[in-house]
Amino acid sequence: MSSKRYVARSTAIAARVLGDETMVMSATNSTLFTLDEVATVIWESADGATPLEEIVAKKICTQYNITPEVALKDAEGFVESLAEHGLMLLSDKPIAQSTTALGKTK
Amino acid sequence: MPGVTLAQQRSDVVVEIGGLPIRLRSGDPAFLRLVQERYAGYVSSSNDASFDFEVELAPPSTECRDEDVSVTWDSGRWLMQRGDFRAEWNPSTAHGRIEQVINPYSLDSVLRIVHTLLLAPKGGFLVHASSAIRNGRAFLFAGVSGAGKTTMARLAPLDAALLTDEISYVTLQDGQYFAVGTPFFGELARVGENLRAPIKCLYLLAKGPENKIEPIVGADAVRGLLGNILFFARDPKVVKLVFDAAFDFVSRVPIRRLTFVPDSRVWELIV
Repeated sequence: MSSKRYVARSTAIAARVLGDETMVMSATNSTLFTLDEVATVIWESADGATPLEEIVAKKICTQYNITPEVALKDAEGFVESLAEHGLMLLSDKPIAQSTTALGKTK
Repeated sequence: MPGVTLAQQRSDVVVEIGGLPIRLRSGDPAFLRLVQERYAGYVSSSNDASFDFEVELAPPSTECRDEDVSVTWDSGRWLMQRGDFRAEWNPSTAHGRIEQVINPYSLDSVLRIVHTLLLAPKGGFLVHASSAIRNGRAFLFAGVSGAGKTTMARLAPLDAALLTDEISYVTLQDGQYFAVGTPFFGELARVGENLRAPIKCLYLLAKGPENKIEPIVGADAVRGLLGNILFFARDPKVVKLVFDAAFDFVSRVPIRRLTFVPDSRVWELIV
């Protein structure tokens, strides 16, 4: 992937960290998601300003025994899955926090 | 005039659940009688009410209860809709309007929704659970349809006061969670007793070959509870309130798995 991808948590959610997991509930349909330890790292780093590639390189590859290529592929699949459920916003440009409200995904 | 009293016919009924009196106004005496019968034990004799709803009756042909319920916030009011009813409620004026067919199920649904909206800011919620009071403490038995909520209610011993076999009403007061009786019933078709008691335990139900109780903690407890809480409003603020309430509840009330054989011996464990 040549262009950078930025990720931001939607504000149309409720979330809490419990131990190594993060529980995230969609405010639009009340579906509950549980994120494991690695997914939680990505979730917490998804500030809209840090590219996903940088999150993976600095927060995942330095802590877990995984190659950057595999980690990035997994991370992309993860954020796309969350985006499909309206929990994560994806963009090729930095995402301002004020635009992370429900319905403003672009 | 001895022997003759001309009683003025009332055009409203006040239904009080969880200490929240809701006035239902209608020009149809048959509907008001239906409401009084359906909510027997929860009809307030007082004329005071915190909330008012005008009920307009629609022709039965418009009824369709299979549709999903929709609850949205729009221009300062809640809009609630399903095939068999359409309602709106303005919390700032405490007034609302219900358009529904003449059956108790539609009103039941509107009341459940309104109570979830009223409870959320106070840290309470409705949960798919039967509940009963025994020895001054309330026990909740939560689960999806078929898990055994009504079975546990049917098997309850005589010293247990049944609050509901379907939808339990949970309130938070002074840092303590209470279960409150409701008229919301399931297969048992019996209105719960209008009582309240502090909650001692919430059991997640499972049927099995023997009766046993296992503690559930942490994320599993929260997941188990959240999976049974009634979320109607597609509104981030309300969802967050109830989500937070679930975490708080789990931090204060034990959550346990109750695996049971459906006979009365299971209640020997509920003390």
